[in-house]
Order: sequence, then C-alpha cells, then structure tokens
Amino acid sequence: MAYMAMTWLWTGMVVLSVIFGAVTGNLGALGSAALEGARSAVELCVSLAGVMCLWTGVMEVMNQSGLSALLAKAFRPLMRQLLPQASRDEETAAAVSANLSANMLGLGNAATPLGIRAAERMARGGDGVASDELCLFIVLNTASMQLLPTTVAGVRAALGSADPFDILPAVWLTSAVAVVVGVLAAKLLARMWRI
Amino acid sequence: MSQLVIPAILCAVGVYGAIRRVDVYGALTRGAEEGLTVLLRILPSLVALLTAIAMFRASGAMDWFADLLSPLLTAVGIPPETAPLLLIRPISGSGALAVGAELMERCGVDSYAGRVAAVMLGSSETTFYTVAIYCGAAGITRTRYMIPAALIADFAMFLLSAAAVRLFFGV
Repeated sequence: MAYMAMTWLWTGMVVLSVIFGAVTGNLGALGSAALEGARSAVELCVSLAGVMCLWTGVMEVMNQSGLSALLAKAFRPLMRQLLPQASRDEETAAAVSANLSANMLGLGNAATPLGIRAAERMARGGDGVASDELCLFIVLNTASMQLLPTTVAGVRAALGSADPFDILPAVWLTSAVAVVVGVLAAKLLARMWRI
Repeated sequence: MSQLVIPAILCAVGVYGAIRRVDVYGALTRGAEEGLTVLLRILPSLVALLTAIAMFRASGAMDWFADLLSPLLTAVGIPPETAPLLLIRPISGSGALAVGAELMERCGVDSYAGRVAAVMLGSSETTFYTVAIYCGAAGITRTRYMIPAALIADFAMFLLSAAAVRLFFGV
C-alpha cells in the first residue's frame, strides 16, 4: 500500500512539473533541475555517511555491552500499564520493550524485527482483526519518541548549522507530547470503535 | 550544553563497554560498516525523490501548492514553507528526509522554518510504512482505528513542532 502511494506521488510530481512548467514558461529549467536534484542526493548521502556510520557503530557497542537491554528493562513497568495483556506473555513483553527502547535510540534497523515479532504474537487468535492493544502498540511505534535524532542532526551539520543538536529539547517535547496524544486518541477511539 | 551530548555519550558507551569486557573498538567498526548498508539502501530513493522535488520546484508547482495551503498553515502557527514536508512525512521516511534537507538548505538551516522542519523529521516515524510492515507481518487485515489514531498523533506532532521551536528559540 505504502509502495503504490510512492509510485503515484513520484509520477504525479514529475507529470505536474511538466504541466506547470509549460503553463508558467519554466519548462526550460526542468532538465537542469532534474540533473541537479539527482546530484544533490548523492551529495546529501556522502555528507551523512560519517554521522550514520559513527552512530550505528556506537549502537553496536551498546548492544554488545548490554546497555540496550538495560534500557529495555526500564520500560517494563510502563509497558505493564499500557499493554497489560501483552505483558502477561514473557516473550511478547520482552519484544515490545526492546522494540520501544530501540526506537527511542533511533535504531530503526533493530527495532523493526523486534516490533514484527511482538505484533505477530499479539495478533494470534485475532482472525486478522487488530486488537485494542495491537492498535496502541503500533501507534506507539508510529509516534515514537526519539532521544537522539542523529540523522537529522547530521543533515543540519552538513548544511552548516551553528549547533546541529540545538533542536534536542524541542524534539523531546514534541515527540513526548505526540506520543501522549497518540495514546489518548487510541484509547478514545477504542471506545467508539466496537469490533 | 547540547554541544556536550555526543562527547558524553561516546565516553559513557566506551567506558561501560570496556568495563563489561566488550571489544569496543571492534564493535564500533563493525557497526559502522552496517551504517554503510543503511546509506546504500536510502541512496536510490533519495536520488529518485530529489530529482522529482527539484523538477517540482523549478516548474513553479511547489510554490503554487504552498501558496494554496499557506493561509491554513499560518492560521495554526505552522510555517507555510513546510507544506510539502507535512504531506510526505507520514508516507515515506527517505522522501521526508529529502524534502526536509532541501527545505533546510533553501530557508536556512538555523532559520525558524528550517528548525521546524528538523523537529518534524526528528519527532516521528513514517506512519503508513510502519502500519504496512507490522500489519503485513502479523497478518492483520482489519486495522480498525489504528491509522486514524496514528494520524491524529502526526497532526499533533506538526502543530507541536512549530510551537516548540517558537518556545525554545523565541521566533
């Protein structure tokens, strides 16, 4: 579903550009803009490479030394409050807290397989219908709280920001409140959405 | 203060790892290798999207859409320059990164709109991608109120990003 959306979005943008270009008389600029866009993608990747590699390296050290597991454990009490049914099953509970803590660290690669395992276990016996707890778990993932948005900070550094991490307090406040809004929305909708 | 975040984390992770007898240097370099795989995976979509975005902007279509949304966004306190980012954030992660980076470069990385864009990028995951992956793997066909609830959180995040930047940077 998400993939078809991108197909329409990409094709739509290119076609609209040509139509708009013809109307506004900017058609001549489109060719060089396309080449310039493709070039800037590689430039962005190269300028991001250092930060991203450094960060995945730090994450690997945290995994091996057990720091990530420690953080996952800190999540257990909160989890028991939010997802009481899933917490009854030890393996689901472990996968959920590891998934949420990996997300907080900005470790998307590690978070996804853990989240899939948790979602599979929570969906058992549900006949393809998402339970209230599964809905809440996925909302927690889409509105995930981020402690260190390193990729964004990397982009800011590459563009010459005076202090790439000065957005941290704003990111923390925003993502924390957004998570709370997501949980409240899910709880409220759960009451209205029978079946 | 925020200048010290990265050095402090590097120290803490290194010392903790060494105490726990982990091969810190080996793990760091192995992990860094994984970063390259991530980059290789997002590079193709960045090329595709930044090409389309550059064309969209050069044709004048981007300005037209931004002007269309501008009164609505200004009314709720969101800088109108971020309109394209709002549309793509829930759909594609690398797309949002591409739009956001282009936006920061054009408006100025330390400007109000540039900072709001960065906070929007840093504060949430790609909603539709996350729902598609998890529900696909778990065999969920009826997502019930999952997407509406997630989009409400996204919308709150957009409003809050602008408010938080005004709060901390006083624009």
